Amino acid sequence: MPPVVEAIDLHRTYKTTTGTFRRRSLEVEAVRGVSFEIAEGELFGLLGPNGAGKTTTIKMLITLLIPTAGQARVLGRDVVEDAHWVRERIGYVFGGDRGLYERLSALDNLRYFAELYGVEPKQQRARIHELLELVGLEGREKERVEGYSRGMRQRLHIARGLLHDPPVLFLDEPTIGVDPVGARELRSMIAGLKAAGKTVLLTTHYMFEADALCDRIAVVAKGKIVAEGTPRDLKASVAEGVVVEIEVYGIEEEKVEALRAIPGVTSVAVEDRDQAQVVVVQADTETEPTHAVLARLDGVSLGRVTTREPTLEDAYVALVTQE
Amino acid sequence: MSARAIRLARTGAVGWWMNLKMVSQSAFDGLLAILWPLFFGTVAFFMFRAGGDPETLVYASLGAAVMGVWTATSVPAGSALQRHRWNGTLELVVAAPTPFSLTLLSLTTATSTVGIYCMTATLLWGRFAFGIDVPFEDPVALAVAIPTTIVSIGLLGFLLAVAFARYRTAWTLGAMLEYPVWLVGGFLVPLSLFPDWVRPISWLLAPTWGMNAIRDAATGAGSAWPDIAMCVALGAGYTTAGVLVTNRVLAAARRRATLSLT
Repeated sequence: MPPVVEAIDLHRTYKTTTGTFRRRSLEVEAVRGVSFEIAEGELFGLLGPNGAGKTTTIKMLITLLIPTAGQARVLGRDVVEDAHWVRERIGYVFGGDRGLYERLSALDNLRYFAELYGVEPKQQRARIHELLELVGLEGREKERVEGYSRGMRQRLHIARGLLHDPPVLFLDEPTIGVDPVGARELRSMIAGLKAAGKTVLLTTHYMFEADALCDRIAVVAKGKIVAEGTPRDLKASVAEGVVVEIEVYGIEEEKVEALRAIPGVTSVAVEDRDQAQVVVVQADTETEPTHAVLARLDGVSLGRVTTREPTLEDAYVALVTQE
Repeated sequence: MSARAIRLARTGAVGWWMNLKMVSQSAFDGLLAILWPLFFGTVAFFMFRAGGDPETLVYASLGAAVMGVWTATSVPAGSALQRHRWNGTLELVVAAPTPFSLTLLSLTTATSTVGIYCMTATLLWGRFAFGIDVPFEDPVALAVAIPTTIVSIGLLGFLLAVAFARYRTAWTLGAMLEYPVWLVGGFLVPLSLFPDWVRPISWLLAPTWGMNAIRDAATGAGSAWPDIAMCVALGAGYTTAGVLVTNRVLAAARRRATLSLT
């Protein structure tokens, strides 16, 4: 069976300028040769940090951006040549506060988008009510969107994206900024979409979200895919090894570089936690890095030191920091 | 009429209604829309009162009424599209299967609809505050000239809005054009007072012909129908040009990634 979504060596460059009087043109490569395929009914995750190129990739697939090079197909049609055909068959939902008409009620937002997406007039009313019920906004639909919470907006976004019942859905960080309870509800809704047979491309920078929802994941860093596989594959890649976490109070970049130079160390990341930082050092199975790490941190104020087995999040951090 | 044409007409009508709801639901914008026509009417009255000629006051009152329609269209059309950018809805309507030119048309005709109120309020303010009686020599022509003028001004706004979609700061163009069109359109001052090179510019503007049509129909100074025909022709020209360039403008915006910029 042919793939529903195909990205073939996609590239996208942005041109930008710097300076006020002496303007210089710069080129930024946001996506540098991304390729993947999504099968029918699959929930595929693009996972990566901010600025990795996830949103740019999704915008090329939904026809909003023209690729600088490479090709993309949805349901077998080229997204540049057959943009109109593709638009009729896809839904796009993005995260955050924007993307809705603030001065209109949720009902009017859905009515307007139902028209724009060609939902048959006779079906509109029933479809809108069905979706309001699905996303739990029944009873609040006549209120203006400007009074909605982030979670309510996000649920309305999903309803909007589903109005024309598209077989393919692109969800760009749909749970960003939503509180834990709301995010859990949204994740359950996304799982329901997959159960209903939709093909879904989900971008997120939450590892646990990708783990919980996705059939396959591609990890993107600096515009390239650095790993691809099932969540189980990615976990297996770090099943062996060790992670040392050291609480420090002020650490300089040279010390971090010194830790990276220790033989057997695969990645070093520094996370801010309140007044302190936590240095997370990953090493392969052959190495017990604790002594070497502490030796290189000579002169740094240290707190608690712990050693543990690596998690999927460690795999993700290792992949994106190595890049 | 084909099923697709009916569907597009319906989409345009729903889009017009939703955009009209959006522009009419801001208390601040609403207050400005109420004050504009009163301000224009007052300024026109004090400017032309010194002449003591009742015909001049009628000329000014009608001019002030069309000024309101133009002002209600040119600036808000740009800012409405800018609001789409800020809301993040511009990308969504571009990504929708409905032709983007239709979405823009419904937006600009909604803003020019506010102009109907501006025109009525200016004429009533002139009548009750300053005693200017506007005659209705040819009511049929006047009944046609007023909506034709408003729609053609909306269509000129549509042509401008295509530029607003491509260039994020092009909304300033709407603000910049507001005052020159008051002059070049002959709203308050006859075009004969301007240098000859101004006239070809004014002939390209539907508001000029709409203004002439309304004045001729109201005062009976001449037949309004040729001016109405020019207004219709220019409106059709703006629509055709706007639809033709929209796809090119959108392709450029997709290449240069300007749709998501605020």
